Amino acid sequence: MSTTYVVRDSVTMLRRNLLHWERYPSLAIMLVAQPILFLLLFVYVFGGTLGAGLPGVPGGGDRTDYLGYITPGILIMAVASVALGTAISVAMDMSGGIIARFRTMDIAKVSVLTGHVLGAVIKTLLTTVITLAVAVLLGYRSDAGVGEWLAAFGVILLLAFALTWLTVAMGLAADSVETASNTPMFLVLLPFISSGFVPTDEMPWGLRHFAEHQPFTPMIDSLRALTSGASPGSDLWLAIAWCLLIALAGYLWARRQYTKVPAR
Amino acid sequence: MTNRTPAIEVAGLRKSYGDLTVLDGVDLTVPEGTVHALLGPNGAGKTTVVNICSTLLSADAGVVRVASLDVITESDRVRSVIGVTGQFSAIDELLTGRENLRLMADLAHLDRATVAASVDALLERLDLGDAADRRAQTYSGGMKRRLDLAMTLITRPRLIFLDEPTTGLDPRSRREVWAIVREQVADGVTVLLTTQYLEEADALADRVAVLDGGRLVAEGTPAELKRQVPGGHVQVEFTDGRSERIASDGSVASLRRILDGLDDREVAGVTVGTADLDDVFLALTGHPTVDPGNDAEADAQGVLA
Repeated sequence: MSTTYVVRDSVTMLRRNLLHWERYPSLAIMLVAQPILFLLLFVYVFGGTLGAGLPGVPGGGDRTDYLGYITPGILIMAVASVALGTAISVAMDMSGGIIARFRTMDIAKVSVLTGHVLGAVIKTLLTTVITLAVAVLLGYRSDAGVGEWLAAFGVILLLAFALTWLTVAMGLAADSVETASNTPMFLVLLPFISSGFVPTDEMPWGLRHFAEHQPFTPMIDSLRALTSGASPGSDLWLAIAWCLLIALAGYLWARRQYTKVPAR
Repeated sequence: MTNRTPAIEVAGLRKSYGDLTVLDGVDLTVPEGTVHALLGPNGAGKTTVVNICSTLLSADAGVVRVASLDVITESDRVRSVIGVTGQFSAIDELLTGRENLRLMADLAHLDRATVAASVDALLERLDLGDAADRRAQTYSGGMKRRLDLAMTLITRPRLIFLDEPTTGLDPRSRREVWAIVREQVADGVTVLLTTQYLEEADALADRVAVLDGGRLVAEGTPAELKRQVPGGHVQVEFTDGRSERIASDGSVASLRRILDGLDDREVAGVTVGTADLDDVFLALTGHPTVDPGNDAEADAQGVLA
């Protein structure tokens, strides 16, 4: 199989994947709405109180300070939300016979999966831009320049790539569409136990230990530093390392699952 | 037919899942440009043979060559010459019929401009012209099967596997599928099909392999198989609604013996029939073929017989 076929088949599968989003808008709307709802909930319901407790803000912060604090975490949540959708659409593929048909065709094997991954990266870009636009409408402002924002989106897309491989594998491993929509749920919930919504210093010891060392924390901290115009320091390298590790593990798991898809 | 090279060669094929033996040493040769039917009840191993030949499944033992290519070591090249329509519709329900065919053409690396005409022709041929631009999820069961078949044909495979292609189709659609299979064979395509319908094997196949419990119990032309059961059968309808099929060699003695064994008060009617593949199956396996949808009962009968 030559590389031109890998590219050509992946583009064909990507086109199919994007067409699915268009044909099944309710899923797309739900996944885009999820981070936005959390953003509204946290800013308007909890934001006043939580903002007052933010460290490093003289005299206590307000709702707008809190908006600035959680926007990076919400963006990470948007990435996880799209990844959840990927698990669902992969599982939907699996529930029909179409994947078995693809496997009897002389196509680049990986294209079935790369179609999903490329599609998810595009959707993530779209979702995070929409989420960010809502944040800006609510009053979010950034001191960062273009270069820092590009770096921030680099982190977002790298995470999207990593989480998508993981959720492609979950979708392949799930025995039903329902399972596939449940198992990756922890990815959407995990940002809550991180530095995303409240500083980890205030958490009880065990939880704090987990929150400080879980993969989303360096990603959120990097985004927070980059979008406020500061240097992310070692957090950025840690974030990149986590993404590469998750991507590799997800890819290997997905490939393994794909070769043992039962014939129908 | 004899001097053609085989399109499919299967030797000593074995497959089991744990303790369950699905294929127990199957040998099969399908000459190019012919239709070969794998006939057998549910669970006989028909689909497993098709899955192994179409590179979906690996065998535990045995050699399978498709178009002179090894299905394991040359699987990519095998895939480039085959087309598969499985038991479950392998269509993309969110795409329209036309988009499904285009998807197949794109994946077969055909040129879109040149393939457009054959997409239209195939949609018309399979009676999907009016529904071409509707999403496949709105199609009826029969339409989905026809679209599935069209997706197999659009890439012009030299060899087609059809796994129970007409199961669940109405008689008209079934005859339509048969006509399409015949057209393909007239173009030189080889077809391996599985079926539970003896009538289908009889109508379509050049040769029939009868599969039961993972073994081939007979192989030959429909006529050869029928010859193994010379006289046919006597069908007895009982007054309580039961019916029984009793093998007969067609002689007066055998008829008399059967009639002597019947109680006049219990019998509603007696028909003497010439041999068909049902008789072949009964004679070869000792149990009748399975009526789809009635498997449990038929399995129980098989055990009793």
